[in-house]
Amino acid sequence: MSDKPKLAMYWAASCGGCEIALVNIHEKILDLDAAFDFMFCPCLLDTKKSAIEALPDKGIAITLFNGAIRTTENEEMAHLLRKKSRVLIAFGSCASEGCIPGLDNLSSRHELLRTVYLDNATIDNPQEIVPSPSNAVPEGTLTLPAMGDRVRTLSQVTEVDYYIPGCPPESHQIWAVVEAVLSGAPLPPPGSVIGAGRLSVCDECARVKEDKRIERFHRNWEITPVAERCLLEQGLLCMGIATRDGCGAPCPQANMPCSGCYGPPEGTSDQGARMVAALGSILAIGDCKGKSEAEIAARVEALLDSVPDYAGSFYKYSLPGSIIGGRVSR
Amino acid sequence: MNAHAERLNVDPDSSIVAQFEPRIIGFLCNWCSYAGADKAGAAQTPYPPNVNIVRIMCTGRIDPEFILKAFAGGADGVIVLACHPGDCHYKEGNLRAAQRHAMLARILEQMGIVRERCRFDYVSAGEGEKYVQVITEMVETVTNLGPLSIPR
Repeated sequence: MSDKPKLAMYWAASCGGCEIALVNIHEKILDLDAAFDFMFCPCLLDTKKSAIEALPDKGIAITLFNGAIRTTENEEMAHLLRKKSRVLIAFGSCASEGCIPGLDNLSSRHELLRTVYLDNATIDNPQEIVPSPSNAVPEGTLTLPAMGDRVRTLSQVTEVDYYIPGCPPESHQIWAVVEAVLSGAPLPPPGSVIGAGRLSVCDECARVKEDKRIERFHRNWEITPVAERCLLEQGLLCMGIATRDGCGAPCPQANMPCSGCYGPPEGTSDQGARMVAALGSILAIGDCKGKSEAEIAARVEALLDSVPDYAGSFYKYSLPGSIIGGRVSR
Repeated sequence: MNAHAERLNVDPDSSIVAQFEPRIIGFLCNWCSYAGADKAGAAQTPYPPNVNIVRIMCTGRIDPEFILKAFAGGADGVIVLACHPGDCHYKEGNLRAAQRHAMLARILEQMGIVRERCRFDYVSAGEGEKYVQVITEMVETVTNLGPLSIPR
């Protein structure tokens, strides 16, 4: 048994990208291993759930919990790891805000299962088998964790100490957090977002920003953006203006608009509302002098038609953690 | 019977059918619509009391978060009343609000909140009658739509 502080990492409804982001600290993983007893991580290690249950309460120093809460299994592990951890960190966008799995909240469970298991063009499922919590087979009954009615964030299920945003969190930010912990410096107040900035991605983006006036939106494939110039000003739907900084703005540097994975900036609780507020100030529908109210409304609607999916674009990473949280009647 | 009965604390089996009274939040611009509401009041024109008014300096100041929070906090409808185009005290705050409203309405539709629950209109300081008409229509629309409940 090691007497080093224990470090755990768990995945709930997630893709595995957070684990990759962790090992992307490269050779520093050895420093991490020297400082911590990295003892639980189903993606990388073979520790069983029973070993966690056998630990004393608060026996783990830090748990990095990635993934949203989608099934009863996710929820059970969230409660177990909360009980066993002194510091529980919502690691990555899924655990912090729901992320891509959270877009489920725009559909009902029924619609979701239909799309994935029945109506998909590449699916051949004549018996119409869909996952069910309980399945009778000749040998007996097999059970699966049940899916919840909606995807939830970690903090909607249990108490969370810190949040590290990002899909996935940038490796240099993960290392910055580890270093801060190892330095023994006092931890920030519980509930803080760590491993990120407080402003918007625009603050870190090196592109030249001038007057923002959007006369129409373009899809990413429709135009080749002018190098060095703000993507939003060129009509690309760049979420940087409504997204927390800390990532170093790698996407806009590579000519791809920010899609918002670091979540809303400090002091904002709803990323979509932030984006609506920002765009409302810079959409340019032309001179409205003497125009009727109906004509103004028609011009606005015509401009808005160039974006096909507002909820999906503005809440791509933050729907379950947003104010409304998803479709209200599903 | 249902969320409606629950909210009103009515026994669902009771023979008394309670009339659903919607709760509506109204964001009114200080310079035009609020004065329009005042005018309707001064003229003692009766209109439904379901709209709780929040006076703001300009509809351009409305953060869409205010509207989402109103819905999440139990509002069945939200109404935003601005100065007519060209009349904004700050030149174009009302046009900013119109753009934000149109965008937010699309998001609300995707979230299953029909756009009729979130209305945007223009009422000037002199239009006491239009204020009464808009509010009456809004209350009627939301009453017909029934209560809105945001699951948590």
